[in-house]
Amino acid sequence: MSDTHAESIRFVRETTLPQAEPPVAERGIYKWGRENLFATPGNALLTLIALYVIYVVLSAVLPWLLNGVWNASSLSECREILAGETGGCFAVLVDRWQQLLFGFKYPSAEYWRPALAFVLFFVAAAPVLFFDLPRKMLAFTALFPFLAYWLIWGGPVLVPVVALVGFVVGYLAYAKLVTRSFAGGFFGGIAAAAVTWIIGGFIVDWLSGPSSLLRAVPSRDLGGYMLNFMLGVTCVSLSVPFGIALALGRQSSMPLIKWVSVVFIEFIRGVPLITLLFVASVMLAYFFPPDSNVDLFLRVVIMITMFSSAYIAEVIRGGLAALPKGQYEAADSLGLDYAQAMRLIILPQALKISIPGIVNIAVGLFKDTTLVSVISMFDLVGMIRGPILASTDWNGVYWELLGFAALLFFVVCYGISQYSQWLERRLATDHR
Amino acid sequence: MTTLTDPPKGAFRPSMLLYDSRYRSLTLQAIAAIVLACCFLYLYSNLAANLRAAGLNISYDFLGNPAGYDINQTLIDYTSQSTNWRAAVVGILNTLLVAFLACVTATVFGVLAGVLRLSPNWLVRKLMAFYVEIFRNIPVLIWIIIIFTIMTAVLPAPSAFRGENASSSMLFDAVAMTNRGVYVPGPYFTRGFGAEGNGALNWLLVIAVLVGSLIATRMVTASADAKQAETGVRPKTLWLNLGIWFVPVIVVLFALGLTWDYPALQGFNFQGGLKIGGPLIALWFALSIYTGAFIAENVRAGIQAVSKGQTEAAAALGLRPRRIMGLVVLPQALRVIIPPLISQYLNITKNSSLAIAVGYADITATLGGITLNQTGRAIECVLLLMLFYLVISLLISAFMNVYNNAMKLKER
Repeated sequence: MSDTHAESIRFVRETTLPQAEPPVAERGIYKWGRENLFATPGNALLTLIALYVIYVVLSAVLPWLLNGVWNASSLSECREILAGETGGCFAVLVDRWQQLLFGFKYPSAEYWRPALAFVLFFVAAAPVLFFDLPRKMLAFTALFPFLAYWLIWGGPVLVPVVALVGFVVGYLAYAKLVTRSFAGGFFGGIAAAAVTWIIGGFIVDWLSGPSSLLRAVPSRDLGGYMLNFMLGVTCVSLSVPFGIALALGRQSSMPLIKWVSVVFIEFIRGVPLITLLFVASVMLAYFFPPDSNVDLFLRVVIMITMFSSAYIAEVIRGGLAALPKGQYEAADSLGLDYAQAMRLIILPQALKISIPGIVNIAVGLFKDTTLVSVISMFDLVGMIRGPILASTDWNGVYWELLGFAALLFFVVCYGISQYSQWLERRLATDHR
Repeated sequence: MTTLTDPPKGAFRPSMLLYDSRYRSLTLQAIAAIVLACCFLYLYSNLAANLRAAGLNISYDFLGNPAGYDINQTLIDYTSQSTNWRAAVVGILNTLLVAFLACVTATVFGVLAGVLRLSPNWLVRKLMAFYVEIFRNIPVLIWIIIIFTIMTAVLPAPSAFRGENASSSMLFDAVAMTNRGVYVPGPYFTRGFGAEGNGALNWLLVIAVLVGSLIATRMVTASADAKQAETGVRPKTLWLNLGIWFVPVIVVLFALGLTWDYPALQGFNFQGGLKIGGPLIALWFALSIYTGAFIAENVRAGIQAVSKGQTEAAAALGLRPRRIMGLVVLPQALRVIIPPLISQYLNITKNSSLAIAVGYADITATLGGITLNQTGRAIECVLLLMLFYLVISLLISAFMNVYNNAMKLKER
């Protein structure tokens, strides 16, 4: 073979050619652009339309953003400085940022308190959100609600301390009794906590002196973005236990329990949040004892918690349903009773599956906290539409304020949804 | 948890109420019932005491009293002398109107954005991802306020349309966008039935003709299917169907004498035509783009849920791309898309209650807003309001259950 070829071919190349670069159209940005932007005529048209849209948006927004005025005391001064040119009047943010963040009644000397609580919130939330952190940090998470309450509302330090002691006593009673039966531990814990609180209430009344370390701030003075954040965090964390209870109730084999849970969940999910807020603002007061005075903040927290626990219950029910039946049967065959099976086998797995869903509910709920502005609470949107736009200085500064509000919500909600996606990926790897 | 041991023989003992699994659930339910009853009694006694202290009672008589306030956008006849009940009905119709409009446009936006998010074009894909993230992560209330601000603070006043060199002009001489609302040409009949030839009967007639066309096209398609099954050749039906759709309705509209009433500037405001108020547009548009972002994600998930093997198998069978989309991908994707889509419709209906923030007279703003404040009948109004939304959402979920059962995969 080789002989015949040696005669028929005059030249055999013995070294390989040096590798040449691909043609210009097949490499780098040209190739990428051709494949991703101009693959077909239709595609090219879409690209051009998209470019035009981007141009229109940027040409409107960029001058407004870059040419903005940051130092002025009123809108008319802004207009003078701009002298007819396009530009935002961001001076309103500089002038009123405290009101936007804390509301217009929160004493300005005390702004550091909610700010500190806000920072500590991340420390407290970290061990819940990231499983790799040391579990001992959860102790601070348990402490945080009482600390945050004291920081934000101020007043006698004994109130949160008594509340905390009640929980601790309740937990100790539970830990002591739960070895015999879960129900005994559960109700024993509640009873012990209640007794502690009642006794503690008398002690607080008896000791309440005029002097307190932190000045007391009533809840009607809360406002701004702080109010949105507090409502979101409080209601979501309160509604998880209620949601678990409702989800278990809906799966219960006892018709009465099941029926009550179903009616509650479907009723709450069937009405808009705004009607529930109306209930909080005009109707709920009728259901409290005649001489009690429950403030609007607490009433709103009650209604939003009811609202979100119904939605969280449905998410957790999905988690319970996603567990293979074998898990329930395995728990039964080990001889665990209902409480043990739920606590040790079912719920840890079901909750893990439902975390992304719960996070989605949390994002939705956080956005929905803006609705409280409709019942004349001065949250971020309420502050913008109320005191700030109504003031003579800043009447007419719409875009800067609304854009700021949108930005604040976007940062938080986008952050949470990215976290949720990260968590979903992570949970997916160690489960499947 | 069933037990396999034989049930203990012997007489009933009280301790069995707690320790026998046959009776324990009854005991627990009885306790729960008692606790619940106590809670309700407690709440009810508080309510009664509070109402007595305030000198109030629960009564729905106020529904029959004159409402005493005006509503700027109504679908049915309404004056300030009409009853509160009539105002509530106006509100209900307005809620349904904006919900229906927003559902339609949100679906359009959502399907468009969802399909474009899967486009091979990098720029379009990123742009749509940007749209979805921006709108999903900012509260709908802020969007409603932003668009309402555009409607009221950016659009020109009617006076800007006046004069020789007016600063604003009407689109195509037919549509005027002012800060008092958008004026579009309104249809009316010159030879119709009813009062001044413009009764509701005319529109019913048009709808009846359209329904007839729908039935007729269905029959044409069915006969074409039968013919194809018999002979293997499908008769062309496109022109026939188009004719059935358009000819009868055009004939009817012509017979009724359809004319358009153009808005025109008279005095300080536009007269004639159809006025679409700023609040309605703000609510409609904001709900559409906000919910559209969610629907886009549903659509994308639905299309991605159809495995690639399905497309490849269809291509291997020799189907053309359009038929692959229509016969293989879409039917499977729709099964995934429709249930969340319907719950988005439910969300639109519930979110339309935010109308109260921009002053659109929906049920929340009439019954839950002005009527509540004027009559002071808080409990009655809020209960009626909840009842309305509950009925709507139960209807929609009932429809969804029927649909899910019909669409369920028929498995062995």
